[in-house]
Amino acid sequence: MNFELPKLRFFAGRIVFWFGLGVLLFYLLFPFYWAIVSSLKTSNQLFATPISYIPQTPQWSNYASIFTTQPFGRFLLNSFLVAGGTTLLSLLFGVFAAYAIGRFEFRGRQPIYYAMLAVTMFPSISVLGGLFVLIRGLGLYDTIPGLIFTYMLFTLPFTIWVLTSFVREIPSELEEAAFIDGATPFQALHKVLLPMIAPGLVTAGLLAFIQAWNEFLFALTFTVNENSRTVPVAIALFSGTSSFELPWNLIMAASVVVTVPLLVLVLIFQQRIVAGLTAGAVKG
Amino acid sequence: MKWYSRGVLVVSLLGSAAVGLVVTNLGIAQGGVTLRVACGTVGSQQALCKSAADRWAAKTGNKVDVVPNVASSNERLALFQQQLSAGSSDVDVYQIENIWPGLLADYFVDLKEYVPEATIKEFFPSMIEADTVEGKLVDLPWYGDAGLLYYRKDLLEKYGFKKPPSTWAQLTSMATKIQQGERKDNSNFWGYVWQGAAYEGLTCDALEWIYSYGGGTIVDNKGNVTINNKNAAAALDMAAKWVGTISPKGVTTYSEEESRGVWQAGNAAFMRNWPYAFPLGNGDTSPIKGKFDVTVLPKGPGASGKNAATFGGHSLAVNRFSKNAKAAADLVVYMTSAEVQKERAIVGGYNPSRPVVYKDPEVLKASPFLGRLYKVFANAVVRPTTVTATKYPRVSEAFWNASNSVLTGKSNGAAALVALEDELKRIKGAKW
Amino acid sequence: MPLKNPRNPNRRYSLSAWRARTAWLLLTPSLLILVLVAAFPLFRSFQLSLFDVSILKFPLQLTWVGLDNYVALASDPRWWRSVWNTVVFTVISVGFETVLGLMIALLVHSEFKGRGLVRTAMLVPWAIPGVVSSQMWRWMFNDVYGVINDLFIKLRLIKTPMAWLAEPALVLPAIIAVDVWKTTPFMALILLAGLQGIPKELYEAARVDGASSVQQFWRITFPLLRPSLLVALIFRTLDALRVFDMIYIVAGTQIETISMSIYARQQLISFGLLGYGSAVSTGMFLILALYIAVYLVTLKVEVK
Repeated sequence: MNFELPKLRFFAGRIVFWFGLGVLLFYLLFPFYWAIVSSLKTSNQLFATPISYIPQTPQWSNYASIFTTQPFGRFLLNSFLVAGGTTLLSLLFGVFAAYAIGRFEFRGRQPIYYAMLAVTMFPSISVLGGLFVLIRGLGLYDTIPGLIFTYMLFTLPFTIWVLTSFVREIPSELEEAAFIDGATPFQALHKVLLPMIAPGLVTAGLLAFIQAWNEFLFALTFTVNENSRTVPVAIALFSGTSSFELPWNLIMAASVVVTVPLLVLVLIFQQRIVAGLTAGAVKG
Repeated sequence: MKWYSRGVLVVSLLGSAAVGLVVTNLGIAQGGVTLRVACGTVGSQQALCKSAADRWAAKTGNKVDVVPNVASSNERLALFQQQLSAGSSDVDVYQIENIWPGLLADYFVDLKEYVPEATIKEFFPSMIEADTVEGKLVDLPWYGDAGLLYYRKDLLEKYGFKKPPSTWAQLTSMATKIQQGERKDNSNFWGYVWQGAAYEGLTCDALEWIYSYGGGTIVDNKGNVTINNKNAAAALDMAAKWVGTISPKGVTTYSEEESRGVWQAGNAAFMRNWPYAFPLGNGDTSPIKGKFDVTVLPKGPGASGKNAATFGGHSLAVNRFSKNAKAAADLVVYMTSAEVQKERAIVGGYNPSRPVVYKDPEVLKASPFLGRLYKVFANAVVRPTTVTATKYPRVSEAFWNASNSVLTGKSNGAAALVALEDELKRIKGAKW
Repeated sequence: MPLKNPRNPNRRYSLSAWRARTAWLLLTPSLLILVLVAAFPLFRSFQLSLFDVSILKFPLQLTWVGLDNYVALASDPRWWRSVWNTVVFTVISVGFETVLGLMIALLVHSEFKGRGLVRTAMLVPWAIPGVVSSQMWRWMFNDVYGVINDLFIKLRLIKTPMAWLAEPALVLPAIIAVDVWKTTPFMALILLAGLQGIPKELYEAARVDGASSVQQFWRITFPLLRPSLLVALIFRTLDALRVFDMIYIVAGTQIETISMSIYARQQLISFGLLGYGSAVSTGMFLILALYIAVYLVTLKVEVK
């Protein structure tokens, strides 16, 4: 009888675990499932009661009409350029800055570290006016570089802070050894530090990418043309015959179209890069 | 070094790609001017706007670039303010809502300088009046909207009612009876849906109740705060009684689309909404197709009771920073001409801002509905936008918050209006 | 710790000077961008807060009022209500997000079947554009045709449909549920990266010493995760304190849930009050700075 109890406990634990996991997954995924279902309904089925959980007559034409009413493919490309550019630049400059703050002693280090945080403490609506004037003054209005530039306002401090926290956790002996061997700081950063902070790099990059990909307020304010319009703005321009009408099924279809490339990206990142880089990092 | 060099390479490639995009944007039209018009949202609205603008362009040898507007009216106002206050000339012609002329008057040209007096006289005088701020004609009205009562013909008949309600009391009792009956088969059924969320739409709805009770228009034409009166309080108390009885409890968070959602699924007997819900309700797959009709909103009680419909709509204005204001004004005149409005009425169901279009036989044939709206427009109530000018948003916000607090039972009509009067006087200060 | 060269004391000075130079060189691109993109708009915002100026007047008429806007702000009940709402919202939702995020991170970090699925699934809420997902939640919360009522009734959690967004007692839990749904992935992802950085050898050593998994968590995981946890907490808190879109779309501008950012936007955009709105923004900045300072002090973090 003595060994029965732990076994029972084990099974109870398993059940609780899988039940909890099920509830969690349901909470995380149901809204996305609901977006897909809604994207396949007709506008009348959207309001129908009793509610149907499976689209009876899937309206694939909703997806087609996203691409035919406006150059949605172009907007996807724009979003990709903006998010990609923002991520690469943030990571590149962020790694440098994090290396400097996390590793080097110099006067003004602490104030700079906190100042980076301070710039993200204003509501974006209050910097909007000033940024608008600035962007026009720099000739970046209605351009993709203009968006990349303004997005750094929120991605760069975040990237620097995440990477700095990783840099600090890595023992400095390895680079010190590299310096003694005559390595330049760039070589030390590249050869020694970078592989060690890989998980941070991937995470910060992913979060910055998604943030830039989904940003709406700046993208709306700093662009007018189709050539620089990003997807969140394009979705906000949808409406029916009257500006009161919300073509919910089309909006949902568009959201699914924007979200899927991101998920694919995440899958690729996680399966390949995270696994590869972490393996390298842990071994040192 | 290869990590950075690859990064730098990618970044510079992206950069140059982006610069390439910019350069291609700079292509300038040969001959004539290029105007940029912000009108409509993506879809049929923009297509209609574009086809008319292109015709003008072909006729005048100019070029028009139509950019769609963002669907949410709050976002649109924010965007326009940013562009205009920065002195941007990127957009020449703006499509604005009819509560914005008082707000944005300083940023648009006076169309009286460009448009002949005779042309201006061809529009509804009340619309022109609402678009004139301190003697300046800020825009030309393009199409109108007014609050309507939607009712289910089939259900009225089923429960033995011959006519739609003519007073609010009738509406309440009819809605109660129909709801009781329908609940037997459909637990989701409600008597009356409308817009009760704390936003501009509630200002429209509540203004209709109050005006129909003879409670005035919040602030009168001379700028006096008139809201604190018995009739206004009674009107709000009446609406508060609907919440949870003939209207779903959530109605205090409803905007237009939520009400239409309940209505169009066949889950409501009455609805207050704008004309846009009419063609949608009669769409091919709509469960209520052919089963409903519209009429004027009911009157308040007694001799002071009258019909009321809040007036809404859109107009076209010319950016004062536009480099081609004359051409832009010409485009606005064309877009609001009887010819274009006729097309818009027939194809898109937009309610014309020129009386003459309502009498056009082709228009009446395509949309008999429009002919009936003419009467409603003639008696529409205008929100106090011109007199309160740049302070209108604050007035409206105070008003919808007070109304919403009555609807949600946090206050009652009389008490809420005493507080509202104080607040409005504070906002007014020395003058509006 | 700077390198010391005992045989040549002069070397130390030049080495630290060299280090400082290198550090500034490394910082230059970031500083340049942040100064360019932030300095002017922030300065302008602060400057405007000292004036009475309406965005709706052209040309802009700036009337110097000194600190009047701040005095008015200090006695503005709607502003203080928005501060209270935002802080309550932040404390509760960041709290839930931290616990849930940590659970998800630990879960995904451990070995079990279907881990890959969970790892991708956890990102879905974060990947849907916020403007759209908030609208979707508003739709799902509808009392007549919303799916949440239908689902909860089917699951026997409630008996009759609830007006989630209309009941003062339900609207805050509702928006917190949306925020937790939306931003827990952010928390989980940063914490997961932190977990991945903890050497596996430490756990093996602990197991040899006979430490239980709870002990392992408190002795190894938690202390080593603290830097990541702090960064995640700080940025999540900053975001929550600046919450705008989600509450604005789901619950509108009702007084029960109005947030500081919504209030700032109302003054700046809806009312066109550039001066007062800028003062609200500065007020927000001060509150955010205070909040973060409390974190840094209580969690005892400093630049080593």
